[in-house]
Amino acid sequence: MSKYARFAAALALGTGLAMGASGPAKAETPKKGGILNFIVAAEAPSYDGHKESTFAMVHPTRPFYSLLIRVNPENPSSPTDFICDLCEGSVPKPTDGGTVYTFKVKKGVQFHDGQVLSAQDLVATYKKIIFPPEGVSSARKSFFTMVESVTAPDDETIVFKLKFPSGAFIPALATPFNYTYSAKDLKEHGYDWHEKNVNGTGAFKFKEAVAGSHVEGVRFDNYHVKGLPYLDGYKALISRKMAIRVQAIRGDRAAIEFRGFPPKQRDDLVAALGNEITVQESDWNCVLLYTPNHGRPIMQDPRVRRALTLAVDRWGGSQHLSRIAIVKTVGGVVYPKHPMAATKAELVRLDGYGTDLKASREKAKKLLAEAGKAGLEFELLNRGTDQPYKIVGTWLIGQWRQVGMKVTQRVEPTKSFYNSLRKTKNFDVSMDFNCQSVINPIGDVSKYIGSAGNNYANYKGQDQELEDIYAKLVQEGDEAKQREIIRVFEKRALSDMAHEGITLWWYKINPHRSYVKGWKIAPSHYLNQSLDQVWLDK
Amino acid sequence: MGKYILKRVLLMIPTLLGAAILVFLLLRMAPGDICAVRFLGTGMAVAEDQIQLCREQLGLDKPQIIQFFDFVWGYFIFDLGNSMWTGQPVTHEIAIRFELSMQVAIMATIVATVIAIPLGILSAVRQNSMTDYLVRGFAIAGIAIPSFWLGLMIILGLLIVTQSWFGEPWMPPIQFKSIWEDPAHNLAQLVWPAVATGYRYSAVATRMTRSAMLEVLREDYVRTARAKGMVEKIVINRHALKNALLPVVTILALEFAFLMGGLVVTEQVFNLNGLGNLMVDGVERQDFTMTQNLVMLVVIIFVFTNLLTDLAYAWLDPRIRYS
Repeated sequence: MSKYARFAAALALGTGLAMGASGPAKAETPKKGGILNFIVAAEAPSYDGHKESTFAMVHPTRPFYSLLIRVNPENPSSPTDFICDLCEGSVPKPTDGGTVYTFKVKKGVQFHDGQVLSAQDLVATYKKIIFPPEGVSSARKSFFTMVESVTAPDDETIVFKLKFPSGAFIPALATPFNYTYSAKDLKEHGYDWHEKNVNGTGAFKFKEAVAGSHVEGVRFDNYHVKGLPYLDGYKALISRKMAIRVQAIRGDRAAIEFRGFPPKQRDDLVAALGNEITVQESDWNCVLLYTPNHGRPIMQDPRVRRALTLAVDRWGGSQHLSRIAIVKTVGGVVYPKHPMAATKAELVRLDGYGTDLKASREKAKKLLAEAGKAGLEFELLNRGTDQPYKIVGTWLIGQWRQVGMKVTQRVEPTKSFYNSLRKTKNFDVSMDFNCQSVINPIGDVSKYIGSAGNNYANYKGQDQELEDIYAKLVQEGDEAKQREIIRVFEKRALSDMAHEGITLWWYKINPHRSYVKGWKIAPSHYLNQSLDQVWLDK
Repeated sequence: MGKYILKRVLLMIPTLLGAAILVFLLLRMAPGDICAVRFLGTGMAVAEDQIQLCREQLGLDKPQIIQFFDFVWGYFIFDLGNSMWTGQPVTHEIAIRFELSMQVAIMATIVATVIAIPLGILSAVRQNSMTDYLVRGFAIAGIAIPSFWLGLMIILGLLIVTQSWFGEPWMPPIQFKSIWEDPAHNLAQLVWPAVATGYRYSAVATRMTRSAMLEVLREDYVRTARAKGMVEKIVINRHALKNALLPVVTILALEFAFLMGGLVVTEQVFNLNGLGNLMVDGVERQDFTMTQNLVMLVVIIFVFTNLLTDLAYAWLDPRIRYS
């Protein structure tokens, strides 16, 4: 078989397998044993899930812990399928007008040190996350602004009382960072103890960690899901260079890298290893944006910002850029595969999403002329990372030139890029991104309101109408109405006011050794990392 | 000699203080913030108060003069502080990487010396011959080829060759094991970076050996030795080489010191968990404590290496006396 035929066959096989992740899979009998070696592209600052927000912490440590509820590992591509992890039965429906969630805690669950889990542990965990004492860091406490109290009427029940009904609550609970800690550990060792120590109820126990090198886990025999895990253990190997991560899979020093690779690296691996490589692909809950700085006079006129979005050929860009970069899907403010996302018919009504590119660009030129900004000159600030920032940034400049804009690009390393974006605000337009774990449309779209901490476009206090729409969305309990409100929100944020511009949604590509079974790609590199269902066909 | 060493050691104090001031100021002049990198680099939404809390916990809200005093005082009480990224003591972070960096530096120095000295002598002795041209070409290529490219080619070559010969691609291990724990694994991992680095290092030393030898070979005492009918091998090895080695030793020593903290690219290419990688991480993350201490470590290594080199001169050339 020629090299190209092998490549095509393997790609077809891989893609087929990946698609099987969301369709009916061929039943295979899992094998027990073996050590899974996988690569992580960075080192975790600490092991405290409540404090950190990086995949570099999630990938090596998520297998040590359980969550109250989690994304269904059998169906992780679904943005709405959550199952109980430490609770009994299925995820409960709210009572009291959508403001009370009562969970029954699973019995007989043990921590790695032998402590038995009770509702008090979950209460202590969620109090640390939602109501951290002064001086204690909790990166996602803002996800739980709707929560009024967390209580345990008895050792087997945990009750969350909300201030108002919220569709954002259940996805927030399933966030993979919500590691369950023991109340005794928190009380005896303090709130910082988990930064360097591990005691969870997950499928694997901590074995060893060497700074800058690896983290190792071994099977926890008393794991609360009977028959799992399949693996004897795993080793998370740290490797910063993408070239090495790819070659490590090729040379079988590692079987998988859970974050993902660009298309070229996927193709190289498939060409080299044929059917020894399986490729899983998915839309990714990360969106690449450009952010016009409303603090700059040239970006204050909505007509100019609308011209920016009208000039961009998203549908064409999707086809071309997806061959070279980790972006693909055209979408609005919500993850494109979520029921609350705009359909194509809804998208094309927004500025810059129409299928008649020529008409869009004519409109852009007209708006620029009306605003007295024909031949607009500005600088695009970009992050010094190839994928996907520099590639998409360069493409964007080409798009804007089509309507007569003169754009230069300033590329800065990550730390100074963030400094320019957040502090000095020294930019006209900047690349920006919004990358979340569990798909939580109501939480995720908060990026687009001017008052959001992660909104860098400098229009805080300038668009009360958008803030009001968002406030209405947060307090709306009915899903159909939420969807309607999001459409209004989206139109205002992306089209009428064009506060932000979405380029394309990221696309996740995971080529891995074919002997890795049981792991299914999810729409985020933070999700489905408990490894309890993973096995090695060796 | 004792007085000379004491004087040199005392002179290290202003050198180290100057380096401390410089690294402290330069790091803080660079734009960026470790807390922003830590929480926002992933694109997730994190409240601004959490970033401020992180800054307070790391002591970044203190006045810079206090931060500088804490940094310098740490050296007097032998407490270098904790990494701002991992929270682990800096001494621990450095210690676990020191063995690897030291071993690669030693292996690369051996590779460089074994290549450079014979080739340099050969090239000088056979000046303007085909051998000389070949050696010079080899040396110039060593200087011209970037180490990272050579490293990548070595890994790619190993993968391709092993796959075509044995059916399965092989690459060097990517996790370090001490030579005392698993010598085969250790050498399988480190021999390749030692070769990649040693080659570049040898190229510089080969050129230096050649030019020093050419100079010495034209000296009167060499002519005298030959006139006395001494065997050419003895003239080269005993009379010329020892005198030509002074600049070569300087180059080898400085390169060794450089390798201890400067193997940045090679360590990345071969995924070595060494001091060079730690330095890159420290700078990228704006981990001030780690970067400051690593720079100071490199300064100390350079200062001591220079001192040892000066002392080695006296051994190589008995006419040199320190007082």
